[in-house]
Amino acid sequence: MAKIIVVTSGKGGVGKTTSTAALGAALAQRNEKTVVVDFDVGLRNLDLVMGAERRVVYDLVNVIQGDAKLPQALIRDKRLETLHLLPASQTRDKDNLTAEGVKRVMDELRKSFDWIICDSPAGIERGATLAMRHADIAVVVTNPEVSSVRDSDRIIGLLDAKTAKAERGERVEKHLLLTRYDANRAERGDMLKVDDVLEILSIPLLGIIPESMDVLRASNLGAPVTLADSRSAPALAYLDAARRLAGETVPITIPGERRGLFGKIFGRRAA
Amino acid sequence: MLNIDLIKGKLMNMNKVLTDTRPIRLKGRSFLALVLTPELPFEGWLARLDDLAARSAGFFLRRPIVLDVEGLDIDRSQLKELIGELGNRSVRVLGVDGARSSLLGADIPPALTGGREASDFEAPAETTVDADQGKPEAPAHDPEPQPVRTMPSIIISQPVRSGQSVVFPEGDVTIVGSVASGAEVVAGGSIHVYGTLRGRALAGSVGNSSARIFCSKLEAELLAIDGLYKTAEDLEPHLRGQAVQLWLEGDAIVAKTLN
Repeated sequence: MAKIIVVTSGKGGVGKTTSTAALGAALAQRNEKTVVVDFDVGLRNLDLVMGAERRVVYDLVNVIQGDAKLPQALIRDKRLETLHLLPASQTRDKDNLTAEGVKRVMDELRKSFDWIICDSPAGIERGATLAMRHADIAVVVTNPEVSSVRDSDRIIGLLDAKTAKAERGERVEKHLLLTRYDANRAERGDMLKVDDVLEILSIPLLGIIPESMDVLRASNLGAPVTLADSRSAPALAYLDAARRLAGETVPITIPGERRGLFGKIFGRRAA
Repeated sequence: MLNIDLIKGKLMNMNKVLTDTRPIRLKGRSFLALVLTPELPFEGWLARLDDLAARSAGFFLRRPIVLDVEGLDIDRSQLKELIGELGNRSVRVLGVDGARSSLLGADIPPALTGGREASDFEAPAETTVDADQGKPEAPAHDPEPQPVRTMPSIIISQPVRSGQSVVFPEGDVTIVGSVASGAEVVAGGSIHVYGTLRGRALAGSVGNSSARIFCSKLEAELLAIDGLYKTAEDLEPHLRGQAVQLWLEGDAIVAKTLN
């Protein structure tokens, strides 16, 4: 049974695209057929993070407007044959997305994939509401700081009101993915602590992704962080989060808390 | 018949620079309106209305009229037509009670809720043709709830998220969960938050100065009772994060920690 996941946040720059790519690759590594869909029409980035920017021919808007068939627009990943990308259009804007068109594409993807991961644009307008429209599960990406938390809270409210599931009287399953978490700064009080964020948002925690240079390095390489270096701390955190999405019970560790004296001496290199 | 509770005034735009720092007073006021309950088919009902109006010229003149359409199986065009027919008879409808949201729109008078029954209007007797007959008694001012009448209240058992607003002018609002920053709760009566109150709470919104606000943890952005408000900056710092109740003493909001 196919599951549609929306990766959303309200606020921009918190790590939606990075998380979409990393979770998509992690789920595909489990040998489950996965597609990542870029809904950020006009400001697409997922193709870059996936390293597929030079292979884009047709995109989501072409499929919605009937200029191309869905299989023509899907790009298969060169590293993982279970992983696919449906890119957004860079030359159009979000008004080209129609509710019926998005529904048709989602229904068609449901037939051939196990996981459909929608990368939502920032904001609460058309692009974002259409990206969340058909979701079964929402991954709410939040940074441990007040403005991101408040925007996430707003998005959670919309998930309970504006999705197809909500309109049928059902509930979208919501998970919190805390990204760019820096244990040292949280300890100094420069960042909100995990418990504070959870208390404000009151949705279950899917994972905590540590702030790391590995994420930036992977993006520049054009590879999801879970594929670029699967031993790195953020990759391990994303792999665990993907296992939790798939229904496994994996205990959550707060990054940095495992680090002992030895780790502290060697600082980041040990992380 | 019913009393209509209207919120007078609005919160001013907070982004503008304030030169005059006096608080804006938000008041509720009850007015008395005549409620018409149309029946299907409308032709017959309108004929009976015409008969009533013929017996008493100007009975509907200058009277606030509310249309109660609860339970009527009609669509929007029928409602619009009925309002037009009433307009032809100089009956101007100021609001619609009991309408489904699909019946409402910009071209239909606004929906009214929370009406309370009052004593009935006397329909004009057959012999008298007096325009002044049946004039409504002076508008009921701040009606005290009768002991037999139960105060309505609602319970919300999930968090109120940023951007959401809970508006319940009829009475108390109880929230089992938190009210997020950027969320808003407006109650005609008291507000009870079993969780952290981070957003705005406006109690006694229809002119109830005995309304109170209770919360298990106070982090509110704005608190208002009967139109008087306090922002987070005006709150005493020692109240932050505490279980607090707030009420009105004269023109001042008083806050005290619970327990």
